[in-house]
Amino acid sequence: MLSKVSNRLKSLTGKDAAAWAMNNAIFLVLLVLLLVIIAISPDFVSINNFRNILTQASTRIIIALGIGGLIITQGTDLSAGRMVGLAAVISASLLQAAEYPYRMYPDLPMLPIFVPILLVAAITGFFGLINGFIISKLKVTPFIATLGTMIIIYGVNSIYFDRPPYGAQPIGGLSQSYMDIAQGSINLGGFMIPFLVIYAALVTLFIWVLWNKTRFGKNIYAVGGNPEAAVVSGVNLVRTILTVYVIAGVLYGFAGALEAARVGSATNNTGNMYELDAIAACVVGGVSFSGGIGTVSGVVTGVLIFQVINYGLAFIGVNPYLQYIIKGLIIITAVAIDTRKYIKKK
Amino acid sequence: MQNAALKHHGEYLLEMVGISKEFPGVRALDNVQFKVRPGTVHALMGENGAGKSTLMKCLFGIYHTDSGEIYLSGKKIRFTTARQALDNGVSMVHQELNQVRQRNVMDNIWLGRYPKKGLFVDEDKMYEDTRKIFNELDIRLDPREKVEKLSVSEMQMVEIAKAVSYHSKVIVMDEPTSSLTEKEVNHLFTIIRALKEKQVSIIYISHKMEEILQISDEVTVMRDGKWIATKPAKELTTDMIISLMVGRDLTNRFPEKTNMPGETILKVEGLTATYQPSIQDVSFELRKGEILGIAGLVGSKRTDIVESLFGIRHVSSGDVYLHGKKVKNSTAEEAIRNRFALVTEERRSTGIFNILNISFNSIVANLGEYFGSTGLIDEEKCKKDTKWVIDSMSVKTPSQRTLIGSLSGGNQQKVILGRWLLTQPEILMLDEPTRGIDVGAKYEIYKLIIALASEGKGIMMISSEMPELLGITDRILVMSNGRVAGIVETRETTQEEILRLSAKYL
Repeated sequence: MLSKVSNRLKSLTGKDAAAWAMNNAIFLVLLVLLLVIIAISPDFVSINNFRNILTQASTRIIIALGIGGLIITQGTDLSAGRMVGLAAVISASLLQAAEYPYRMYPDLPMLPIFVPILLVAAITGFFGLINGFIISKLKVTPFIATLGTMIIIYGVNSIYFDRPPYGAQPIGGLSQSYMDIAQGSINLGGFMIPFLVIYAALVTLFIWVLWNKTRFGKNIYAVGGNPEAAVVSGVNLVRTILTVYVIAGVLYGFAGALEAARVGSATNNTGNMYELDAIAACVVGGVSFSGGIGTVSGVVTGVLIFQVINYGLAFIGVNPYLQYIIKGLIIITAVAIDTRKYIKKK
Repeated sequence: MQNAALKHHGEYLLEMVGISKEFPGVRALDNVQFKVRPGTVHALMGENGAGKSTLMKCLFGIYHTDSGEIYLSGKKIRFTTARQALDNGVSMVHQELNQVRQRNVMDNIWLGRYPKKGLFVDEDKMYEDTRKIFNELDIRLDPREKVEKLSVSEMQMVEIAKAVSYHSKVIVMDEPTSSLTEKEVNHLFTIIRALKEKQVSIIYISHKMEEILQISDEVTVMRDGKWIATKPAKELTTDMIISLMVGRDLTNRFPEKTNMPGETILKVEGLTATYQPSIQDVSFELRKGEILGIAGLVGSKRTDIVESLFGIRHVSSGDVYLHGKKVKNSTAEEAIRNRFALVTEERRSTGIFNILNISFNSIVANLGEYFGSTGLIDEEKCKKDTKWVIDSMSVKTPSQRTLIGSLSGGNQQKVILGRWLLTQPEILMLDEPTRGIDVGAKYEIYKLIIALASEGKGIMMISSEMPELLGITDRILVMSNGRVAGIVETRETTQEEILRLSAKYL
């Protein structure tokens, strides 16, 4: 009798545990990996590593939040990384130190930092507008549309970058004040908080409000969830899609300017393939490619998971090529388990 | 001046006069008139292709009329977007519900015009306003519930509440009861009556005669893009409406039954599906040359029976015997090999390959038969078999290469029937074979079904239309809540008995 009850209890908790595991598969994957890393190298757990991971994740969070919004509208963006590169190159070229001998514009006076940053954000915002136009007006599928602009933007960036007299040289010698905006930190009650983390937090907050509290936010979910319903209810489909791509473009621009300042230089290959990391982070964070589903916390978690993996695997000295294989497997595993939630059993 | 206008139009809330619309090669609407009085339910009827949806699309500005005028409360209107129509109090509850399933109820209702407080959406106001409308209409739903969690009828209630939230004066309901249970239909009718009280007019598009006679005040019938008649519902009978719709007296809606049931060919014992809620302990026999109807309310799991037999639904227990020999279909491929065939319920999503031609659609279930010794597809045989499908099913099409999506529903269904006959099935399972097909074409489908039974095939036919079940089947299996509530002889049963059985396990 007693054993029957306990058996029953066991099967019940077993089932519940399985369901719970299913719903939190992504976090379990992260946890297991984290435990493995800590087991191999216990000193992984440190404030310093934690800060490094957050700092490295910062620009990626900004990019991923841009891409996440447009994935919710059933979109995608392959041009993101190239836009980051374009923004990095242009802002670096305009913010080289006065005493640096190989300046792209030798006679350019020192600009206030915000001028080039706003300029590159405007430029990438404009490319975002073009993406949005091709997708919403010309009705080209987002994959193809942004495949095209990805190549175009790389071409544009390379023409700008590879010019006499210095040719295709990395744009370095950035002014200290520019590098400080990305490399500096603020002392908050004994903790050094990197500026980058603060920017990422501000962008996260902004996007959270935008997605959850505004008409535009609700419209992107509606457009992604059921475009036809949105249209017959009077939602302006074209404007919504244009806006979401412009916002994404502006975010890539900021990320690019920060990326150049963080690294201290930029080339036409800066940002290459960042879009794939961002898309992977979104997907692992539960943003659905079929549209209408996705949260800010999911996107941020997705980026952090990847950053922990990147940093952690490097920390314990895993062969970099092997790291690629592990990352690929994690994407597939996480999404495959996550998908089980939505499959209808017949 | 204004008074004169009011007086002139006072009798009608909505007037569509002399509406014509031409598409290349087709006169879709020919001088149609349609006038709706305030606070009434006005049924709009006609066979598929009669021009009902075209007329409604002209009202909503999705199509531009070639000629004709539309008046709303005596004011001339011409909408160009769906939103304009909504803002002017004309709304539509769609047949395919247009909702954002991932979002909650109130997000759907206020979509496109979320109330704002400063920069942000005012969620509290949305919630309160939604509650108010729900109370008025006696809808018991949480405005914060996700739409995908709702049943079809609840989703429909949400759509109606949305129409009311626009202060609509005219609400178009397109086939609103096509997937509702008896009880849900009654709730819908209660809501419709409440709307009438508020002087809202309902344009009610449906094929279900009994319902129309029950709920509507006036009936307008269209045929071939022309206005045929507008009459008070009280003066009409089902037969009168049908003869107006088809333009001739249909003395007999069903062909003569010529099939003779023979010995038992299929025996099903204790069939139970793995993933519940679904079928439980379903047992029955099917005879050679018999048409076995399967009746039941929506949600009674009728479809699950045929899906289980066809190998596309997991079965946990139960046995199936064909000619006394045990068969196990765990995939559709096996089922086809064992001479089972299934014409699915949702023709658009699981029946036709919309953007492919009739030839492909005819041979697709039987592809293995078309590879010659070379391993390449035998085009001659394909042509021959497609021709057989077109001829024997009398499909109306210009050629074998015509895309199936461009045919009418009835002709599409004939192609699909033909597709399955090419696999030479012994057991033919038909799930709602006449759904969305107009009266004339239905008759032809019935004739085909009876002819197939006469040839000795065992036929199972799921249907929600009682007259159809009573008209052409030999026996009727009634499902209730996943279980067999009874199997009755068609000749001896009544509509009342079937309804009573449908509710047996609720």
